[in-house]
Amino acid sequence: MRIRIANGRLIDPANQLDATRDLYIADGLIVGVGTAPSGFSADRTIDATNLIVCPGLVDLAARLREPGFEYRATLESEMEAAMAGGVTSLAIPPDTDPVLDEPGLVEMLCYRAKKLNRAHVYPVGALTVGLKGERLSEMAELVEAGCVAFSQANTPIIDNIVLMRAMQYAATFGFRVWMQPVAPFLARGGVAHDGEIAARLGLAGIPTAAETIGLYTHIELARITGARLHVTRLSSAEGLKMIKWARKEGVDITCDVSVNHLHLSEMDIGYFNPNCNLTPPLRTQRDREALRQGLADGEINALCSNHTPVDDDAKQCPFAEAEPGATGLELLLPLTIKWAQETRTPLVTALARVTSDAARIIGSQKGGHLSVNARADVCIFDADTYTPVSRSRLRSQGKNTPFLGLELPGEVRYTLVEGQVMFEAS
Amino acid sequence: MQLPDAESMLHALVEQMRPNMTADTALVGIHTGGVWLAERLHKALGLTQPLGCIDVSFYRDDYGSKGLHPQPQRSGIPFDVDGTPIVIVDDVLYTGRTTRAALNELFDYGRPSRVDLAVLVDRGGRELPIAARYCAHTLAEPLAADQSLQLERNPSGKLELGLINA
Amino acid sequence: MRNPQLNEHGELQHLLSLDGLPKSVLTAILDTAEPFTEVAEREVKKLPLLRGKSVFNVFFENSTRTRTTFEIAAKRLSADVINLNVATSSTKKGETLLDTVDNLCAMQADMFVVRHESSGAPYLIAEHLHNTGRHHIRVVNAGDGRHAHPTQGLLDMFTIRHYKKDFHNLTVAIVGDVLHSRVARSQIAALTTLGVPEVRVIAPRTLLPTDVERMGVRVFNDMHEGLKDVDVVMMLRLQNERMNGALLPSPQEFFKVWGLTMEKLARARPDAIVMHPGPMNRGVEIDSAVADGGQAVILPQVTFGIAVRMAVMSMLAGS
Repeated sequence: MRIRIANGRLIDPANQLDATRDLYIADGLIVGVGTAPSGFSADRTIDATNLIVCPGLVDLAARLREPGFEYRATLESEMEAAMAGGVTSLAIPPDTDPVLDEPGLVEMLCYRAKKLNRAHVYPVGALTVGLKGERLSEMAELVEAGCVAFSQANTPIIDNIVLMRAMQYAATFGFRVWMQPVAPFLARGGVAHDGEIAARLGLAGIPTAAETIGLYTHIELARITGARLHVTRLSSAEGLKMIKWARKEGVDITCDVSVNHLHLSEMDIGYFNPNCNLTPPLRTQRDREALRQGLADGEINALCSNHTPVDDDAKQCPFAEAEPGATGLELLLPLTIKWAQETRTPLVTALARVTSDAARIIGSQKGGHLSVNARADVCIFDADTYTPVSRSRLRSQGKNTPFLGLELPGEVRYTLVEGQVMFEAS
Repeated sequence: MQLPDAESMLHALVEQMRPNMTADTALVGIHTGGVWLAERLHKALGLTQPLGCIDVSFYRDDYGSKGLHPQPQRSGIPFDVDGTPIVIVDDVLYTGRTTRAALNELFDYGRPSRVDLAVLVDRGGRELPIAARYCAHTLAEPLAADQSLQLERNPSGKLELGLINA
Repeated sequence: MRNPQLNEHGELQHLLSLDGLPKSVLTAILDTAEPFTEVAEREVKKLPLLRGKSVFNVFFENSTRTRTTFEIAAKRLSADVINLNVATSSTKKGETLLDTVDNLCAMQADMFVVRHESSGAPYLIAEHLHNTGRHHIRVVNAGDGRHAHPTQGLLDMFTIRHYKKDFHNLTVAIVGDVLHSRVARSQIAALTTLGVPEVRVIAPRTLLPTDVERMGVRVFNDMHEGLKDVDVVMMLRLQNERMNGALLPSPQEFFKVWGLTMEKLARARPDAIVMHPGPMNRGVEIDSAVADGGQAVILPQVTFGIAVRMAVMSMLAGS
């Protein structure tokens, strides 16, 4: 199948390209940018006039809920959501049931995903067996099975000796360790940022110190062990400040933020909206401003959806009892555009955070850019069309998002994976 | 429409009631106009039982459709209702529903020996089998439903009737 | 954002919290409660307002005392009262909160009086009723987690107004475990809305929420300073499980530093009143000499509580 994507505004952050160019695809690869390779004749031409053509999005955190939580979502439903959202690469956190701590499970996940032939999956293996923070997982084996990094998802390691050993062991192989910065005891029992709103609503608080103390521990241990640290879901201005400090100290560190924390604050909890029960908690407006700026500066390397579909039974509960998390695969692109518009960040920079920069953290050479010979994962969207977020429009099985009812910019028209049109808006 | 003078109706009412007043007769005014009227009657008739007052908000039969009346007033029956002859006093008698509510409320305090009704004006339009034993004036033509007849009290304490067209 | 307590005309639909209710609504409830106090003095202590209505006391957390006051209030309004102790029944069987609500709706409930251990639970119920088109059913929050206990807050305001007539020149001190107290949050919301110029909280730092000043209160850690010249002292109950641990070393030390004694009360104005939402821990937050003394208005609070709850229920159920 040879495809020509014609007349689109091609934005390829990896190559600092933002211009009207045709894109030529053959045999699953990009074969030409601007000029067709000699002898190219398209089987299909997609007219991208007035549309933006960019690399398929790379999402650093997408829970597909398999195995273990199929009543919440399945690979099928969430892959459809990814395609509709223009997301072609997914990093999968290990907090499935059973957790991704065995090579067999990882292989099965990769196999199932490959069979569906939608987005590429990049499993993040469990750092410790069962995420229990006691025994190291078989990291070398897990990497062979397909894992790209190791993490504890939202379950912190309480024993710092185990944490240090786990980081040392990962460093032995140069594996990246993705850590949610949280001091376990400070966060225990909390459901909202420990501030004005939690005080008013009578919700148990999680202080910012839970993030900074956890983060400091990770930074110090990364420095000692030489582990390559990626900090997931930063939530506070103080946390960002600490990242900048660590970099100055020469620690090899990257970090990401979720779309929720980029756009929302504790104020959005409103009257106990359970969809705003998130991990980490939504913090103050000041924190949100710092994260928005940090992402624009590149101090925060990537933006992710932190896609976490939750069924209504677990979500339509009193705030503190609701399971944390929000669905987000289909909102990643719209919320990236919205952030870019609001902060006047050039689209080429904004899209870098969800394509090339994110791909770098996964360690994927083939995805996240549109160079010749790159994998032809492409997203074609209309940046100017606003669509409402509604339960019925969301393809994900999870309907839980704080953005329900809002109109967001950016409508995906086509999603291509390895040169095949996997999604086409009707 | 020419409204009759409230002050002269008050005198007429006093004369109607006087022959039937006994030593233990008690007056109970219905908020708000009825209480003003009862205060004047109480004085003019020289009654010794303390004056009672009732706000029928809690007994109204339109609660289900209209909700609770805003700013209900405290009811106060400062005498023993059991065995006492009572005259309920209201400014205007219309559907009879207010009187019904007042009767219900009164009986929650005890069992009076008898209950009569005294009003300044009967405007017609009854919806319940209720009649006033003492009535100073009956309108020749019943008022329309969208009209409201109300007793007012000016700063000097003089009573006046007012007609409000909705 | 739609305020789930009010309908589109700004009228009270549910009573979920005092925070965010306009002063006019708070005053209207207090004014309405006034005539209800007289009903208790009658031979027949019953009004026909809620005749034919079914009030469900749905208590996901046990509280005999609060449930009883709501029960008395509803019964004096002639409602049919059904008490459900859900803490020991359905949710333990895996039924969700909203399942329970749907079931009770099917039993033709007109009003839910809800007590729940989780902050915001009554909001979830009110929102669910709204989303499912059951606009005629009312919700009264009888205490949710640490969030709110609006009828307690209202009866406290009623008591203060009864003894002090006016809110505009008062200094009020709230003493004790503010952090875990839904009562304190409702009191603070009501006092600040009704125009009390100085609301103080007095507690150790472990028992104060972060950013409590943002609620419009002045923070004191010391009783002698905090009680100086106050008109009203509102004591909070200290839960047993918080007395020994990381929040407080012991009930003895708490009493020594923050327990209300006659000696500490002497710092307040001579005509200051002392309130407590009950049940009291004598010798922990309050000394018996104060609890039984001439300045305590703790029992009148209970009596007024019934009138206030009757007012709330009859304001909600009509229309």
